[in-house]
Amino acid sequence: MNVETEPAAVGRTAGSARTQEVAWHHRHLLDVDVVTWPEIELIMRTTDEMKGVLARPIRKVPALNGRRVTTLFYEASTRTRVSFETAARNLSADVVSVATATSSVTKGESLVDTIRTLEALGAEILVMRHSVSGAPYLAAEIFGGHVLNGGDGWHAHPTQALLDLYTMRQHLAGGDLRGRKVAIVGDILHSRVARSNIWSLTAAGADLWLCGPATLLRGMDRWATAWDGGAIPGHGRFHVTSDVDAAVRDADVVMALRIQRERMQGGLLPSLREYAARFGLNAERVSLAKPEAIVMHPGPMNEGIEIAPDVATSGRAVITEQVANGVAVRMALLYLLAGAHEAAGGHEAAHEAVHVREAARAPEAIR
Amino acid sequence: MTDRQIMTGDEIRRAIVRISHEIVEKQAGTQGLALVGIQRRGVPLAWRIAAAIEEHEGARLPVGALDITFYRDDLSLVAQQPIVKGTDLPFDLNGATIVLVDDVLYTGRTIRAAMDALIDFGRPRAIRLAVLIDRGHRELPIRADHVGKNVPTSREEIVKVHVEEIDGNDEVSIGRLLRAGEPAAADRQ
Repeated sequence: MNVETEPAAVGRTAGSARTQEVAWHHRHLLDVDVVTWPEIELIMRTTDEMKGVLARPIRKVPALNGRRVTTLFYEASTRTRVSFETAARNLSADVVSVATATSSVTKGESLVDTIRTLEALGAEILVMRHSVSGAPYLAAEIFGGHVLNGGDGWHAHPTQALLDLYTMRQHLAGGDLRGRKVAIVGDILHSRVARSNIWSLTAAGADLWLCGPATLLRGMDRWATAWDGGAIPGHGRFHVTSDVDAAVRDADVVMALRIQRERMQGGLLPSLREYAARFGLNAERVSLAKPEAIVMHPGPMNEGIEIAPDVATSGRAVITEQVANGVAVRMALLYLLAGAHEAAGGHEAAHEAVHVREAARAPEAIR
Repeated sequence: MTDRQIMTGDEIRRAIVRISHEIVEKQAGTQGLALVGIQRRGVPLAWRIAAAIEEHEGARLPVGALDITFYRDDLSLVAQQPIVKGTDLPFDLNGATIVLVDDVLYTGRTIRAAMDALIDFGRPRAIRLAVLIDRGHRELPIRADHVGKNVPTSREEIVKVHVEEIDGNDEVSIGRLLRAGEPAAADRQ
């Protein structure tokens, strides 16, 4: 495809090594389960470009100039909110940050009313975190712009899963996870990070192991047996075990998850000390993994509980890289989502751009 | 859509050689020169100009690739976000004379974006522009310093540049858009 007036993706992707031609069409990103593998690869490629932007003398591009990004966080967060806001600013977007602790939410305003208010105030992209699973889905139903899930309850944390995937690809030879063993150890039950990672890592073909005390794996067995990979064809399966040595042995990636004390009901764990002794990632356990294995943690860490301080600061740990990659992944997603709108609105140029695109689009470009 | 050929492979080759001479003549040498191709088809053209200059001047110029996607002024108008092709500028732009290379000059908006992008990397002494085809219809006060061929076109026409490195053959042709109307805000693939 090389039609000179064709404005967008098709002409630019053709060529080198037959990278799959795919355009982004999701208006929202609520979880990884609806994203196909070619779309994940598009996110990874776009993230590469954003890493390039972050390496420039001026770490800022005008791609989202004048677009309004609002972060609405109903749960405590440092890295995710700051990461999203940094990402939005790096793309020249205007950022409004709503901290619910100091907003009208404390006066009893409902989620729906809050979102309608933010939309009336001009929000175009809403980054949302909520303690109730599914809350961003409700937001997406009523919000006129784009919703990006920054974590909902136990359910999903898609940007974390994608930055984890990106970081793993950086460290594994050829950037390929197929057949690589990934062990996720910790509080699987309460972990939206684990749930989103299941989608992306099985799609990547990784040999995924989820490990934790039986009380924190409840229901995962059944899910693993019935697993079909959702919208993502060619997915792998995943394993569930309480044998931490078996999970970590010969792993390429070992990821510790935080024990979520705030979500913990009584009786799930005898004590944090016992958990640390039986499941905490210490140097001895990590030595069972491959010599070149990397150690990850989505943060914030409870050092001495799910991960020993010497492991968290060892040369294998890529925890700060995860944070840095998070900005680039979120820039990529903000950029892709901002373009995924209907060309409606009566703007002639918008209509024309679409017509030209369609006219220029050869049959082979349509998946 | 019937396409009419306006440049053969040989004509493209001669135009590249002529532009390579013009660039050196204008600079009175090759000192401080660097070529930057605009993704995608400007990049192989920039490499070809550099090869031609090396042949007749014996000097190897630095060549970079520039992706202008993040600098476009029509991002909110296109239906989907363009896919980024990569920027690679493996040299210091400060004080250099940069020759931007692209396949087609049309509205000038691509070049405006390319200049904005370049300036984020440093402060070149000068920025010049070399294009294979100038098809007119400028919307911004931009002109090319070096032109392979001036081609009068109507806005309903599309200019297709094929280059060996991407398309498997060298050729420029003109076709008609299936749907008539104003061209898109973008002036390139």
